[in-house]
Amino acid sequence: MPSSWLVLRSKQLPLSLRVDRRTPAILLGLAVLSLAVLVLSVGYGEYPIAPLDVIRTLLGLNTNNADHAFVIYTLRLPRVIVAFLVGMALAIAGAILQGLTRNPLAAPEIVGVEAGAGLAAVSLIVLFPSIPVLFLPIAAFAGALIAALLVYTLAWENGSSPIRLILVGVGVGAVAAAFTSLMITFGNIYDVSQALVWLAGSVYGRTWEHIQALLPWLIVFIPPALVSARELNTMNLGDDVARGLGSPVEWQRGLLLLITVALAGASVATAGTIGFVGLMSPHLARQLVGTPHEGLIPTAALIGGLIVALADFLGRSLFAPIELPCGVVTAAIGAPYFLYLLYRNRNA
Amino acid sequence: MLNQRMETALTTRKLTLAYDRATIIRDLNVDIPLHRITALVGANGCGKSTLLKGLARLLQPQSGMVYLDGTAIAKLPTKDIAKKLGMLPQSPIAPEGLTVRELVAQGRYPHQSWFQQWSKEDEQFTERALTMTGMVEFCDRPMDSLSGGQRQRAWIAMALAQNTPILLLDEPTTFLDLAHQIEILDLLYDLNQTQGQTIVMVLHDLNQACRYANYLVAMQQGAIYAQGSPIQVMTEDIVREVFGLESRIVPDPVTGTPMCIPISQRALIKECS
Repeated sequence: MPSSWLVLRSKQLPLSLRVDRRTPAILLGLAVLSLAVLVLSVGYGEYPIAPLDVIRTLLGLNTNNADHAFVIYTLRLPRVIVAFLVGMALAIAGAILQGLTRNPLAAPEIVGVEAGAGLAAVSLIVLFPSIPVLFLPIAAFAGALIAALLVYTLAWENGSSPIRLILVGVGVGAVAAAFTSLMITFGNIYDVSQALVWLAGSVYGRTWEHIQALLPWLIVFIPPALVSARELNTMNLGDDVARGLGSPVEWQRGLLLLITVALAGASVATAGTIGFVGLMSPHLARQLVGTPHEGLIPTAALIGGLIVALADFLGRSLFAPIELPCGVVTAAIGAPYFLYLLYRNRNA
Repeated sequence: MLNQRMETALTTRKLTLAYDRATIIRDLNVDIPLHRITALVGANGCGKSTLLKGLARLLQPQSGMVYLDGTAIAKLPTKDIAKKLGMLPQSPIAPEGLTVRELVAQGRYPHQSWFQQWSKEDEQFTERALTMTGMVEFCDRPMDSLSGGQRQRAWIAMALAQNTPILLLDEPTTFLDLAHQIEILDLLYDLNQTQGQTIVMVLHDLNQACRYANYLVAMQQGAIYAQGSPIQVMTEDIVREVFGLESRIVPDPVTGTPMCIPISQRALIKECS
């Protein structure tokens, strides 16, 4: 029937799915773009490698240069992959949060979740410097969870206004940032400098070890996020309508919050606080594939990955040899975008 | 007053409803007749919206029970209830950019599962709801681009796509101009006539309530003051007690149902002079 929907339906099994007609082409386009950025980014650096050689090396073909494999696999590829994965996780967290709160301004970095994760992770780095990276995501998750619960209890009662949620979130974020500064002031200088680089939101020097620590979180929490799309669509209509439709609202909200916090916490633990990705990606995705979350979440995920990977590439190349952390680049683009959204929602 | 043989769709026994600590409704018993249109009327803050929320299990009772087809609603899974009972809250808000068809399709939620997200049946009921409400031509428009009346029709279409034998609506005509109010009420009346849907709605306009409802429930301070057919309920005494308003009840010149003409101070002054 509808020209705007793509319906997949099995004749034999009770299996069916509906997405916006534009979704497959958009996803494919974003994937191709992401691969292009990956190839460019991996090839770029003090030791440049031609795109064709990058592709050959990635495909496992011989490029007659033994250095290529080392430079690509050991030095550059993990960094680009980390950037992409972190962007994906943040974007999904943002998309869920915006649907859940029915608030276009919500995002893990805006409502204090990232700052909470940052505080917990910095505390761990400064207080227990010898701890392996594997524990960072757990600490960040705990910090993010505490921040989320704080904001939830302070701002979320009785369907409060969008602006109130943002204000309380910014407040909680500011307090977390203040404590983070305190940690940095009192910490050992070596640990602090390490924490500072990490805090600015950077994928500098990330290795396969970091990917190993991040990946389980994504594998566990991204599939339930995709499956929850239908629930998010319903909750997006407001609590009363959702309850009337038979959605177990409290239970679903708890689960979705947990997913958001886990994804945001894990990405902060891996790459520090990269701002505005969770805010921007869902908005851009909505422009491309509309409001329903079946198409929105995967689209936002690819956009988020693309944004962070691109931001890292730009950060390395714009003022070379000086390297900007990708968090600075996303903030430079994201902050004006946030102001624009605030302006547009000023009457809400 | 109440026909004992009357079949009921929804029943409450000793229902007590409260927000936080403020008790709005205490020990209320009501029987909502099956296949009829019931209107809840009463002054602002008398608890009619609260009762509707209680009937739709949107509000957990402090004590007492709501029965749906004779089964305690608290014992039924919420999704099973949603297959029998649809609820449209007062002035709901659609997310930005959501199209009419996407909204209406949401009504199919209780009939879907993780695997079966868009069956042939879902498609048919969505189309039917769009046709019945006359929203086919707007179906690809975003909700925020529609007028108030069209938007309300889209929400009703969503409730229709849910395809429930019982439909509860909280002030479905607020913020609509008179023509659109009549349009929505006519639509609900047709539904009741053709599909036998049980409809319960909160209405502010007494004359509309008398015209469209078979059964009136007049509430006062969280309790039922009177219930029955419009002729039984819409009397000058009851209007005085429930609304604190002097009035004259005359037959509606169009339908013959009771019509309430308020006697305002100004009218009295004119009468005297």
